[in-house]
Amino acid sequence: MATGFDPSGRLPDFFTSTGTSSFTQFLSQAAPELLPGRRPLPPGLSADIAPHGTTIVAIATADGVVMAGDRRATMGNLIASRDIKKVHPADAYSLIGIAGTAGIGIELIRLFQVELEHYEKIEGAMLSLDGKANRLAAMVRGNLGAAMQGLAVVPLFAGFDLAPAEGVGPGRIWSFDVAGGLYEETGYEAIGSGSLFAKSALKKRYRAGVSTEDAINLAVEALYDAADDDTATGGPDVIRKIYPVVMTATANGTHRLSDEEITTVAERVVAGRHENPGG
Amino acid sequence: MAMQFYASPEQVQRDRSEYARKGIARGRSAVVLTYEGGILLVAENITTLRKISEIYDKIAFAAVGRYNEFEALRRGGVRMADMVGLSYDRRDVTARALANTYTQTLGAIFSETQKPYEVEICVAQVGATPEADELYRITYDGSVMDEPGFMAMGGQAEAIATVLRDRHDATAELTVALALASEALGSVGGENGQARQLTDKQLEVAVLDRRRPGRAFRRLTGAALTTLLGHESVSDADLGEVDAAPPAPSEGKPTESAASETAEGTEK
Repeated sequence: MATGFDPSGRLPDFFTSTGTSSFTQFLSQAAPELLPGRRPLPPGLSADIAPHGTTIVAIATADGVVMAGDRRATMGNLIASRDIKKVHPADAYSLIGIAGTAGIGIELIRLFQVELEHYEKIEGAMLSLDGKANRLAAMVRGNLGAAMQGLAVVPLFAGFDLAPAEGVGPGRIWSFDVAGGLYEETGYEAIGSGSLFAKSALKKRYRAGVSTEDAINLAVEALYDAADDDTATGGPDVIRKIYPVVMTATANGTHRLSDEEITTVAERVVAGRHENPGG
Repeated sequence: MAMQFYASPEQVQRDRSEYARKGIARGRSAVVLTYEGGILLVAENITTLRKISEIYDKIAFAAVGRYNEFEALRRGGVRMADMVGLSYDRRDVTARALANTYTQTLGAIFSETQKPYEVEICVAQVGATPEADELYRITYDGSVMDEPGFMAMGGQAEAIATVLRDRHDATAELTVALALASEALGSVGGENGQARQLTDKQLEVAVLDRRRPGRAFRRLTGAALTTLLGHESVSDADLGEVDAAPPAPSEGKPTESAASETAEGTEK
């Protein structure tokens, strides 16, 4: 029996009370130890105890958004993982990627996925895209204490807006800061240690209304540029055939590019760099 | 001191049972049955308040009786399922565990409180084959029954179940199963014992789709439901989504909160 249950096997009162439609709010009552922000941390800076995830890029396209992440996790000067997946679907129409302390980031993603699905099931309707972004900001805010001790995690959130306001593109992107600040971005955004280089690459190449196919290329190119100049970002690994995770969110829902699809794109990018290393 | 009248425990239980049964019988009925492609849940329901809903990947919930009472149980079930799924793994959420919790909860309410819940609920879990499907009926007093592929709940459930018992076929197509469900629900409640023809406006329909990976629950509404009721099949892709779309942005009101607007105004 999981934590939070009555030993008699009955549903405790707070399970059946009206309460809210938020799963995290429910957990704070039923099983606060399952929430990442509630754990006591030893004093001092703990930045180097766990692996760090690095660069994520997101691009708004004519039909939605594309999000891509490299596959590297680092611990100081070591490579902790070559094939970590840092971009995930948040629900049927939105994507989330994380940079920072990998463990807390993965937990945040899991919790956020349940949060969105839980709301959908309780209310019988999906949250608006703005609502999802606000909810994620609140969850990042809950981690502020740990962030100040070096266990910071910052997500990138993007999705296809099923009911957009006028003049707002179907694809929308939000970035966050460790304090839970929420910023809607136009066009493209990158987070993580290689984001400076990825964003510089995108600045020169991005055009509003780009097609999804072109945006996938742009994203992989931008990650290549990030890996070129940032040691914590992994480039395409042609030896082991490890390529970035690329996902799209459009009117048809979220989709992760298959191994064949991403291999084709990544190999083309690498071949292009043989001609011109600067891209 | 006022005189206390003695009521035997048997009498008290009987009274409570009768009270709960009467309450349940007042409402419209629901049926749940397996078919070749999954489990079909159909309730007679003209309101937008739902009797059928999703609990987890392979698990659905259907109920009849008092709305506020089964809605509380449904919420509890969703919360429990999501918590177990987060603590362990998505595969570890089972209908049997949920049915156990419901039977304990309803049993306690029946024997310990003045007023029993006037509800009857079904917890359904779809498996890889019709034989692997699980249907649990949990009644107001906390008794639980494992049903053999079909069940009816609510007022005149016996009569409805008779129709299902004669004609239920676990290898039937969705259209055939839906026609049977709608006929069974329409077989009672007509004037002078006549059968009623139920339309898509009177039915709340959902399926647990055996073949769909991940969340198997699909609500059938609108065009897809009308087509199916007309004995025509609908492609899997048009079976409808998990649930409704998000609310549309309202006119004249900003869709962003004041906080995010302030944040956007500042230079980052």
